Order: sequence, then C-alpha cells, then structure tokens
Amino acid sequence: MLRSLLLTTKSNIMKTELIQDAELVSNYIRGDESALSVLIERHKQKIYSFIYSKVYDRDITEDVFQDTFIKVIRTLKCGKYNEEGKFLPWVMRIAHNLVIDHFRKNSRMPKFDNAGEFSIFSVLSDSSLNAEKSMIKNQVESDVRRVIEELPEDQKQVLLMRMYQDMSFKEISERTGVSINTALGRMRYALINMRKVIEQNNIILTN
Amino acid sequence: MAKVYSNVTPKNDNLKPKDETVRFLLNYSKALSVINYNKLKFEALLN
Repeated sequence: MLRSLLLTTKSNIMKTELIQDAELVSNYIRGDESALSVLIERHKQKIYSFIYSKVYDRDITEDVFQDTFIKVIRTLKCGKYNEEGKFLPWVMRIAHNLVIDHFRKNSRMPKFDNAGEFSIFSVLSDSSLNAEKSMIKNQVESDVRRVIEELPEDQKQVLLMRMYQDMSFKEISERTGVSINTALGRMRYALINMRKVIEQNNIILTN
Repeated sequence: MAKVYSNVTPKNDNLKPKDETVRFLLNYSKALSVINYNKLKFEALLN
C-alpha cells in the first residue's frame, strides 16, 4: 500500500516535472523567452556536470555547454523539436554529440595545454624588445652617434666605414688612401677618444 | 585503514556554468529570430 502510494507520488512528481518541461518548451516556442531561462536554470547543473565528467576541463565544458544550448535554441526556434516531454534527455544527447565532436576535432589537431609541469612557454620566447627596451635602444644608438660626431674627421671616417659599412681595413685603406696600419691606428684612437668622451660626460650606454 | 576507506571525496558542488554564459545564451535567444518564407527558413540575429 505504502509502496504503491510512494510510487504514485514519485510518478506524479516526475509527471509534473515532465509536463512543466514540455509546457515551458511550448511556451518558449510560442515566444516566451523567460521559459528558456527557467529551463536553463533547472537543468544547467546536470548538463554542465555531464559535460565536465567527459572533458575534465572547465573552459571546454563552458564552450560545449554554450554550443549545446545554441543548438537547442536554434532547433526550438526553427520548430524542428518534436520530442515533447523529453527535454532533458534530448539536450543531454546534443551535449554528448558535441563532446564527441570536440574529441574528434582534438585528435586531428592536438593542442598543448599548460596544465602539466612542462610549459611550452618556458621554451618559446619572444625575442622582440618591449616598448621600454626599444626606446632605450634608440636612445643608446643616438647617443653613440652623437659621440661619433665629436671625433676628428679622419678617425670618424674609419670608424663609420668599419662599424656601419662593415668594410675591412684593407678596403678602408684603399678608399682613404692610407696604409692599413694607419687605418688601424685611427680606429684605435677613435675608440680611445670615444671612451674618453663617454667617461667625461657620464653617458650610460647599456640597455 | 577503515577511516581512509570511509573518507568521502568532497563533492564539487560548483559544477555549473558561469553566469555570463547563461546570460549570453538568453541574449542569443532573444536576438535570434527565424523568418519563414515559402517553406524556407531564415535565421536572423538582431541585436
């Protein structure tokens, strides 16, 4: 007696839930937007945990959950839904299929996740300078040019040819019409003089 | 040992979508309208 009573109550509860779902669905199809909100509120935890139990990743779960309901919304709005009274199993089936799609896509294109000990970003680095460093670099380079401008003409000429035009001392000596030794000597004096100027004026040329 | 076995793993009750996801879905639903035209269905997202 008690058992049958319990069973009836249980089936009644289930019935109400089913009717409510079906009613909400048909209300939603008729344009009642708040019905969808109730449906999502009612089932979100079940669907979300179901997806999470398969993918074990919060972000992916969030994505699949969203895609599931986008599909639900589109199907309902297009009037293609016909499984009245079985809303949750239907949504679960969509979620299940999307989870499978997700794994299929990933097996074709595996991605690195940073969850493990090994992080790909510890190996890859960005070699370009950040804004501050590139400003400092420009500053240093213009300082160096100003120091070079202070040099006597013959030394400046050798230094520019050597450092900026990448010429050999042989080429420099040919171009300037002096011996290689003279060119080497001018280069040496150019560097000595530059160091002097830098020291005297406390110019900092480090990045 | 018994104690270890009887330990219940803490249940994660926090398994539910973010509010913004739900909000997005509701907004998406509001924005989506399906236009029927001669047995053809057009979906339009109107924001």
